[in-house]
Amino acid sequence: MSATIFRGAQLIDPDHDDTGVGDLCVVGGVIANEAPDDAVVIDCAGLCLAPGIIDVGVKVSEPGERHKESYRTAGRAAAAGGVTTMVTRPDTDPAIDTPEVLEFVTRRARETAPVRVAHMAALTKGRDGREMVEVGFLSDAGAVAFTDCDRVITDTKVFARALTYAQSLDALVIAHPQDPGLSRGAAATSGKFASLRGLPAVSPMAERLGLERDLAMVEMTGAAYHADNLSSAAALPALERAKSAGLNVSAGVNIHHLTLNELDVGDYRTFFKLKPPLRSEDDRLALVEAVASGLIDIISSMHTPQDEESKRLPFEEAASGAVALETLLPASMRLYHAGALSLPQLFRALSANPAKRLGLSGGSLTPGAPADLVLFDPDAPFVLDRFTLQSKSKNTPFDEARMQGRVKGTWVNGAQVFPFSDDHADL
Amino acid sequence: MTFAKRHLLGIEPLSPDEIRTLLDVSDQYVDLNRSDRKSGQALAGKTQINMFFENSTRTQASFEIAGLRLGAHVMNMAMQASSIKKGETLIDTALTLNAMHPDLLVVRHPQSGAVNLLAEKVNCAVLNAGDGRHEHPTQALLDALTIRRAKGRLHRLTIAICGDIAHSRVARSNILLLGKMENRVRLVGPPTLIPSGAADWGVEVTDDMSAGLADADVVMMLRLQKERMDGGFIPSEREYYHRFGLDPAKLRAAKPDAIVMHPGPMNRGVEIDGTLADDINRSVIQEQVEMGVAVRMAAMDLLARNVAAEAEGVMV
Repeated sequence: MSATIFRGAQLIDPDHDDTGVGDLCVVGGVIANEAPDDAVVIDCAGLCLAPGIIDVGVKVSEPGERHKESYRTAGRAAAAGGVTTMVTRPDTDPAIDTPEVLEFVTRRARETAPVRVAHMAALTKGRDGREMVEVGFLSDAGAVAFTDCDRVITDTKVFARALTYAQSLDALVIAHPQDPGLSRGAAATSGKFASLRGLPAVSPMAERLGLERDLAMVEMTGAAYHADNLSSAAALPALERAKSAGLNVSAGVNIHHLTLNELDVGDYRTFFKLKPPLRSEDDRLALVEAVASGLIDIISSMHTPQDEESKRLPFEEAASGAVALETLLPASMRLYHAGALSLPQLFRALSANPAKRLGLSGGSLTPGAPADLVLFDPDAPFVLDRFTLQSKSKNTPFDEARMQGRVKGTWVNGAQVFPFSDDHADL
Repeated sequence: MTFAKRHLLGIEPLSPDEIRTLLDVSDQYVDLNRSDRKSGQALAGKTQINMFFENSTRTQASFEIAGLRLGAHVMNMAMQASSIKKGETLIDTALTLNAMHPDLLVVRHPQSGAVNLLAEKVNCAVLNAGDGRHEHPTQALLDALTIRRAKGRLHRLTIAICGDIAHSRVARSNILLLGKMENRVRLVGPPTLIPSGAADWGVEVTDDMSAGLADADVVMMLRLQKERMDGGFIPSEREYYHRFGLDPAKLRAAKPDAIVMHPGPMNRGVEIDGTLADDINRSVIQEQVEMGVAVRMAAMDLLARNVAAEAEGVMV
């Protein structure tokens, strides 16, 4: 049985707030208390070793738009970014809404992606908000959660039945809360900046409206619900009330809403066009605080590949979304270096909480957990060049940004997946 | 004299000195346009292309006359009927035109920011003739010239801008320009037509015409964009006219010598009383059109000088 000792690493264990230097043993792909004498020793030289990131809500553009991202390229991006499990979105073309399509992507992922992949399925057929999918069959086929992603199920009867049915199967429902009427046509968040730029805008209240509605339906049905892609301070009090009332509710935020704000759009830079749009600095600070307090459970990349053509357009016409599998960790380090979040706090949100919420293995340094690990230097500075990204699409808002925090190695199930064996990077 | 810009994309990047320079040169062109020989040589041998992705009669005609009077070769491209319809992107269209070496590109586009995007991709000077709800800089400059000539100054005036502010690029450019020149600006309109965050622009906002017009030196009416009214921003045209349409009674709140402006085209009986619009003692609407040609001549003249200076290696 192969064994490895990571020697002299700063161990970032989400279950503990102290981050002392120590050794971590891995035997047979599992974290162990001790390793045999012939174990391979990796000298970590004080770098940080943490459970690999479990990234909820990655868009791999298969099937439908493989020219934007494939399981191979997304998987390489994940490995390079310290992401050991990608939890993929079903907003593909066609949507992942039948066991047959799920089987196809599961096979594609297994054959080509170097990291673990778990799949989410749509909650309604074609993400049309009319008929629920085969929640039972899809769960049996491995779907870890059900979501129509950025589409809101406007028919509350349909949504109530889907929640009730999902509840009976212990299936997790994920939504991006939004009032579709108020947010129609919006390209920016309402306020001085959007008005000066002449961009159609949406108030953050649209998110609160959507969340309040969803939470009322969760209260009614008892379903397990994850409010993902939250972006505004206005939505947080409702979330807090739902959690303290004991509803089965969790929440997520994507890294861009934690590290950027509306002003970054500047002169109509379409790589900063996201859905929901980047919000005010007050919103950003409130979200960071909510992660620190545990009100928001999960940080994700909301990796959304878009090709050059769909971004080289006037702002309103341009596609939304940003790639972020590889920038998730260095961008998170901005929060660490700003003193807003400790490394264990960050890895609770990046690794431990997603594992718990979606019932996945990983997210822990406790013996018995799978050896899904990321070794990184939290201080290493670099300037990002988007053309060095592994993703097929290069639409990152961090192009030419100064960043700190580099992944030095990624292991899945005890096997090293980054640096790539065809590269000659150090370590 | 200061005007150190490659393009005229908006009022936002301009300094007060640059605005004054543009207006001073415009004054000279007003004199030229009123003389018998309405021709100059500032753009002799230059090629000016007007690209209008949105219908326009007056602005396009104004730019065309301005170019012709300065000796430019002017070409109008009806973009509605062009390759855009065949799926060509804005950037590809820009690159295609750029390869034909124009000197001046005048662009109107229905999307905010589209002209900025285009300006990044071409070598010639770009003039924004209106982009979405963003900016319409030559309109704000011609309004400023009209005000300066009527009032003798362009500072410490109280200016009420009334009507559909939310959808108006004219309003945005005017607010920026009048603010830079240190005037007191009031926005008057129903709250559904006031953009969010307007109160943070350093202006006063009200939905009461008599309060908004009180002691105003200038009353600037905006067109109620009928094509944008399908969202139900106002209950009806007649209620709008009753509450926000400019008529002699409402105008009495303003200073006795207040001037009335409108960027055109007017909806008589919707945002402005027809008789008032034609009252040569109050309305300067025809002067605005006249100033438009002069301002556009000045803008193109100054931009062409900067391009020429740059070609000779002088930093602009």
